[in-house]
Amino acid sequence: MLQAGDWAYSETLKEHFMNPKNILQGEDTDAFDGVGMEGNLQCGDQMMVVIKVDKEKEVITDCQWKTYGCASAIASTSILSEMVKGRTLDQAFHISPKEVAEALGGLPDHKIHCSVLGDKALRAAINNYYTRNGQEDKVKQEQVKVICQCMSITDHDIEDAVLEGARTYFELQERTKLGTVCGQCKDEAEVLLEKFKHIHFGV
Amino acid sequence: MKVYFDNNATTPLHPDVKKEMIAAMEMFGNPSSMHSYGREARANVENARRQVADFIGATEKEIVFVGSGSEANNTVLSLFVCGSSQCIPGSKMRSSIITTKIEHPCVLETSECLAHRGVRVKYLDVDQYGKIDLDQLAGMLGDDVGLVSIMMANNEIGTLQDIETIAEMVHASGALMHTDAVQAVGKVPVDVRSLGVDFLTISAHKIYGPKGIGALFVKKGVPYCPLIRGGHQELGRRAGTENTLGILGLAKAVEMRALEMPGEEDRLLELKNILRNGIENSIDDIHFNGHPTDSLASTLNVSFSGVEGEAILLYLDLEGIAVSTGSACASGSLDPSHVLLATGVDAELAHGSIRFSMGRQTTRQEVDYVLNVLPKIIERIRNMSTAYIKGGLHAASR
Repeated sequence: MLQAGDWAYSETLKEHFMNPKNILQGEDTDAFDGVGMEGNLQCGDQMMVVIKVDKEKEVITDCQWKTYGCASAIASTSILSEMVKGRTLDQAFHISPKEVAEALGGLPDHKIHCSVLGDKALRAAINNYYTRNGQEDKVKQEQVKVICQCMSITDHDIEDAVLEGARTYFELQERTKLGTVCGQCKDEAEVLLEKFKHIHFGV
Repeated sequence: MKVYFDNNATTPLHPDVKKEMIAAMEMFGNPSSMHSYGREARANVENARRQVADFIGATEKEIVFVGSGSEANNTVLSLFVCGSSQCIPGSKMRSSIITTKIEHPCVLETSECLAHRGVRVKYLDVDQYGKIDLDQLAGMLGDDVGLVSIMMANNEIGTLQDIETIAEMVHASGALMHTDAVQAVGKVPVDVRSLGVDFLTISAHKIYGPKGIGALFVKKGVPYCPLIRGGHQELGRRAGTENTLGILGLAKAVEMRALEMPGEEDRLLELKNILRNGIENSIDDIHFNGHPTDSLASTLNVSFSGVEGEAILLYLDLEGIAVSTGSACASGSLDPSHVLLATGVDAELAHGSIRFSMGRQTTRQEVDYVLNVLPKIIERIRNMSTAYIKGGLHAASR
């Protein structure tokens, strides 16, 4: 008979869960140049990212974090904190959840949503840095990504549709007309649908 | 050290059950066959039926062997929706059922499905300890209600319901009473006559028997309709060649339970108190879930504020300790335990809940080991949790 299989997670993820890197010690964030926090305890995920910035080069020199969440949430913030060091603020701002998941050696489907908060918290920290340093003009809104190429529907459109009441893929299609041509975006749209339902309504 | 504290999920096979089943593997006859092979199997199946019946105070004909506790529960609930004029219960049953918000998903999802097929389903609330409110039940009962299904012991928090009183009320209103006793049978005394139930669900693998076998008690004379048709097995109440190996395993499991139950509850209760007090004395910001006294001696459910359950579960797994959690992340859904939410526990505490379920093999050394490991793990997770930064929250950018 087979022995116990490994966890549903990759070895890399397991390593970052067992030995998380760059945890913010204590409560003091004054020594950092930017602080960002996303998620909430009711949903089961909350992440805080703090950064130190070389102000001349606009390069992240240190990144620490705290996470309330499951193994993949802990590991994804841990690996993110390693990935951003040495990157410029602009490079770091464009790290996607997909990159984080890939660095972790992949995530089980139902765990993707656990890793999307880390990069959001990082972007919040970067925007926080710009605000603190009188560079409000550099504060960027969340990236917009086209999900349905045929109908030009973005992730923001999906988020809006969820906020307006869409709860199923069918309802999402009714509101946005997404996926009504080639249908190739269905999987990605469904992941986003679930993610926004979770973030906004805890369901 | 390896510690298995997840006995409400499933139990290890009792060594005597294993022996019985190994011997039974030689017996391959179909109990329906008339030759000697078949007669051997039939004799053993019927002997097993008598043992199971005796264990819960039923008669042999009142025991239907089924594939699982879930199948038994599905069978009972499905009595309602048969539209066939051939089917006596389907056409005569009243059209509403009552259940609770803390049932196993096999009852809740079947109830939901029935609701889509025209059955009116009413859900009882529970209090902070997981007990139903008898006044609310009284208010729901009426001449429209055909069946009430309430679990005897809750799998997540261990809370026991007063089935005897409930069954009396249900019968007074003219409805039938079902209890899912999967977590109760073999842990607390269960006698179908004193409970006064019409249907009762049993599962073997929760009591050191094999998986894939359960039994449904169907009181003589109550309406019944099979879920699985197409065979005369189980007196036409459950088609399919008997799982002889499983049936013999179940019978041996209840036989061993009858021998081992006396004294076990006191022993487990003592261990649970040591575990409970130990956690309380070594970890701050916790919340015990379930009834403080009216609960399974083997089950302790506790929520740790500011930590997520899957992380606790996996760190414990790395130390050789097996538990379960009510966290959403461990379930594959985005919702934490419906049982804990029904008791009014805050979602954050539901995400941070851990169920310790002990069993016949649990020792004091195991409890001590858990008490040694757990506080360090909670401290470690809290050290990295956003829930434990107070001053830091103000600096956050949102």
